[in-house]
Amino acid sequence: MSVQFTFDGHPLTAQSGQTVGGALLAAGVRSWRTTRFQGRPRGLFCGIGVCFDCLVTVNGEPNVRACLAPIADGDVVTTQAGDGRG
Amino acid sequence: MTAVADTVAESAAGNRYDVAVIGAGPAGMAAAAAAAENGLHVALIEGGRQLGGQYFRHPAPGLNEPWASQLHHGWSRFETLATRVETSSRIDVLFEHQVWAVEAGFNILTDRGPIAAAHVVLATGSYERVVPFPGWDLPGVFTAGGAQALLKGNLVLPGRRVVVAGTGPLLLPVAASLSVAGAKVLGLFEANHIRGYAKHPLPLLKNPAKLLEGADFARQFLRARVPLRSGLMVVEAQGTDALEAVIVARPDGTHRRRIACDALAVGYGLAPQIDLALTLGCEHKLLTDGTVALRVDTNQRTSLPGCYAVGETAGIAGVESALVEGEIAGLAVAAGVAKSRNGSPAALRRRRDRLRAFADVLRARHPVPPAWRDHLAPDTLVCRCEEVPARAVAEAVEDLGATDARTVKLLTRAGMGWCQGRVCGYAVACLARRDPTEPPNPADLLAAAKRPLARPVPLGVLAEQDRRNK
Amino acid sequence: MVGAACAFHLARAGCSVTVVDRGAVAGGTSGAGEGNLLVSDKEPGPELDLALRSQELWRELDAQGLGEGFEYEAKGGLVVAFTAADLSALRTFAATQRDAGVLAEEVAAERLSEFEPHLAPGVAGGFWYPQDAQVMPALAAARLLRASGAEVRLGSTVTGLAVSGGAVRGVRTTRGEIPARYVVNAAGLWSGALAELAGSRLPMQPRRGFVLVTEPLPPLIRHKVYSAAYVSDVASSDAALQSSGVVEGTPSGPVLIGASRERVGLDRTPSYDALGRLAAQAAELFPFLERVAVQRYYCGFRPYLPDHLPAIGPDAHVAGLFHAAGHEGAGIGLAPATGEMIAALVAGEKTVVDAAPFRPERFYSEEAQP
Ligand SMILES: Cc1cc2nc3c(=O)[nH]c(=O)nc-3n(C[C@H](O)[C@H](O)[C@H](O)COP(=O)(O)OP(=O)(O)OC[C@H]3O[C@@H](n4cnc5c(N)ncnc54)[C@H](O)[C@@H]3O)c2cc1C
Ligand SMILES: Cc1cc2nc3c(=O)[nH]c(=O)nc-3n(C[C@H](O)[C@H](O)[C@H](O)COP(=O)(O)OP(=O)(O)OC[C@H]3O[C@@H](n4cnc5c(N)ncnc54)[C@H](O)[C@@H]3O)c2cc1C
Ligand code: FES
Repeated sequence: MSVQFTFDGHPLTAQSGQTVGGALLAAGVRSWRTTRFQGRPRGLFCGIGVCFDCLVTVNGEPNVRACLAPIADGDVVTTQAGDGRG
Repeated sequence: MTAVADTVAESAAGNRYDVAVIGAGPAGMAAAAAAAENGLHVALIEGGRQLGGQYFRHPAPGLNEPWASQLHHGWSRFETLATRVETSSRIDVLFEHQVWAVEAGFNILTDRGPIAAAHVVLATGSYERVVPFPGWDLPGVFTAGGAQALLKGNLVLPGRRVVVAGTGPLLLPVAASLSVAGAKVLGLFEANHIRGYAKHPLPLLKNPAKLLEGADFARQFLRARVPLRSGLMVVEAQGTDALEAVIVARPDGTHRRRIACDALAVGYGLAPQIDLALTLGCEHKLLTDGTVALRVDTNQRTSLPGCYAVGETAGIAGVESALVEGEIAGLAVAAGVAKSRNGSPAALRRRRDRLRAFADVLRARHPVPPAWRDHLAPDTLVCRCEEVPARAVAEAVEDLGATDARTVKLLTRAGMGWCQGRVCGYAVACLARRDPTEPPNPADLLAAAKRPLARPVPLGVLAEQDRRNK
Repeated sequence: MVGAACAFHLARAGCSVTVVDRGAVAGGTSGAGEGNLLVSDKEPGPELDLALRSQELWRELDAQGLGEGFEYEAKGGLVVAFTAADLSALRTFAATQRDAGVLAEEVAAERLSEFEPHLAPGVAGGFWYPQDAQVMPALAAARLLRASGAEVRLGSTVTGLAVSGGAVRGVRTTRGEIPARYVVNAAGLWSGALAELAGSRLPMQPRRGFVLVTEPLPPLIRHKVYSAAYVSDVASSDAALQSSGVVEGTPSGPVLIGASRERVGLDRTPSYDALGRLAAQAAELFPFLERVAVQRYYCGFRPYLPDHLPAIGPDAHVAGLFHAAGHEGAGIGLAPATGEMIAALVAGEKTVVDAAPFRPERFYSEEAQP
């Protein structure tokens, strides 16, 4: 079953049961966060919830681990800048 | 299996489990099943959403690919075990419960409230160890197990053209899976020089039933024809905003070669995840590869009465031993409760001892090559979370009086970020040594394994502790 | 921290200084506490005088360009009262502080949000203390030590004093003897053991504290904010758990919430009750913190003397030996003025702040009385 979500405003499709990170990588997106100090891009690293490199903002909620959180239909995923708290 | 929605209400009602098993990987599942089959009431607590842990990680129902079934070996064993867990009326499986600490006694503190239990079995598995190199923070660089988890859980590839590198037996199944799923594996680079590696990458291929993935894996691996090289490591990752290529070289920096790729899966072995136990005060042991594991007796008992450790928490030894140790601990807890003198069957313990002995041999062959330090550039990040460059660590050690890892952390913030040093802890322990030829201090390696909270906790959850007290 | 500040001031006064520590820099309490430089929590008296002098010295260090290296922030403190009764007690307290030279300005409830936009609603009022400041303590100790130019010997434990003719001649360490005309005992919690080597008594006791550390946040909390109840905790000798969360942001992002105070010996067993209390109090001040992640906590032991004052000054038995220890929960803040005082005493000069109340022998003469 496919689900629709947006990443930084672009509509994307994922398979239900995938994680946010899995869905983004499948769509060819490799990074979805910029670091606090140097503004460098980051994406998935450890894949199992340990490294916190994959943090992303989902439906306005910052610091969601993309490697763990399941993607849901209608999710609004946005690149997280820094600490994600504006 | 009974799914429990509101555990806070459960334990507030004075419900105390005979045993709480933390972690529903192979070890935890086996422990829970064995304990329940022997009459105990069990809480199987898992942070994730499925049974199986790392080895038996599987896609959610509905996700499929023609090659998906080839990612798993020995799947029927998972099905048998899952049935034992799911059909037991004495096991409450508590998914999406993150354990952040365990209080003596035992009170399992989770983000959904505390769970009381007379015994606790720690089955929290491991995480991957990686050492820094220039460019390792580029998107497209994954840990080897991370690439595997992405594939097993999502049926998504980390890239199309992939390099697998680092050290240890895990690299082999990772390369095989990537290849099965259609990636071009450009090479598997085992950093330790192992004679005959290209032909028989491991005693594992000669001795397939012993470890990891079994016979069908060995066949699959050979069919994949992944170019195998030993004595080579990735010394640099290149790219502007994402990985474009890696530089592979001998540890001494010679024989440099550039390989264009869009993903790197790199790992230098696994490290037991034992923070809960260390904070509780369980005794540890230092293993030959610089990892720290829990000290257990023949029945998987830790030094703390009532507290057991199984699977990777007792030292990395693979899925077979995780399964056996889970059974042993489950039976031993049950025997203890029944005040029976016979704990676990001797045959199981002998099997466990053989598997462990074999794991010790493998571990000794796969140390992190100390030369990783030589490839750091001053601006290479040591701590990815807090973006602490190697230069800052060197300043702390050489100019500011940091003679141990704790002080390096205090003065540079390395290890103070979201991951709490899981990723950089080993590297910082090494770099705290001014003299690069000295192995890391055991106290620093222990510090790298220890963290007061096993998971970040919402402040409101902590505050709830206080409000409950009133 | 105290040792580093003593080294800094002694070196500036022209002494050649060697600093000996059994561990690393900031390996004791200084690496396990917070870096609040507070005058707001101190009642008029010798400790406040020392704190006020210290604030001046911290500002001087900052003016010399050292501040950035240890994250010095002259951010000011805001003490808030939840009830009318707390507010009037705070008002009385602030009035006595003002007479002693503290700047304290009452902030009406409706103006508090100008200071702290995310503060909980329903606070009765508060006081603004512009002199309160903050440093990162481990960096402060390390940078001050480096700026002192002192020779630093880490990993050497002091095992004895070399004394002849009633005067100190140096210290014996696990790595050999170090000759010296003057010896300063700045061993914090462990300074009692060193004092004993001279036959003197410093009844040092540990007072445990936990600090919570959150995920990195933008500067949502601008000042040091705490509830008026903190003031009574600090002055208390009660052994039971006390806590009223002092909440502060840091330049690196995380918010620190601390610290609890308990007298439980040197027990490091985590107290989830203490952690829960800190969390609840912080959430009371800043409700948005409820949903913020706590990443870690740490625990330290304040070096505590029965009368809540540090011992600073010459030893009564051995000439040339000085003590500078027992600063309890304020040793970071008080360190520069302590160092300055020690340097003056060693040189036989007049001290800027009156040294008499800090005389170390107050404890052994006390003991001599039946
Ligand atoms: C990323 C990764 C990938 C791996 N892939 C393979 C592979 O492909 N092939 C192979 O042979 N071996 C693999 N391994 C090794 C593998 O871990 C073991 O062989 C086997 O899974 C160990 O079983 P275990 O039960 O000890 O731990 P795990 O399988 O790791 O199970 C531990 C469980 O505990 C849970 N947990 C941990 N901490 C907490 C907490 N605080 N609160 C709640 N739950 C918690 C975890 O979510 C996890 O489900 C991998 C290891 C890692 C780290
Ligand atoms: C939780 C907590 C929060 C705090 N918050 C604040 C705050 O906000 N503001 C503030 O001002 N203060 C605060 N403090 C108090 C402050 O940390 C202490 O007062 C201060 O660190 C004491 O410094 P010190 O140099 O005397 O002791 P230490 O830092 O303990 O230094 C003593 C040194 O002596 C060494 N030593 C001991 N014995 C020997 C020996 N035999 N040979 C060689 N070396 C030896 C030790 O290794 C150590 O490095 C807090 C304390 C705690 C625990
Ligand atoms: S990739 Fe490491 S936490 Fe998600």
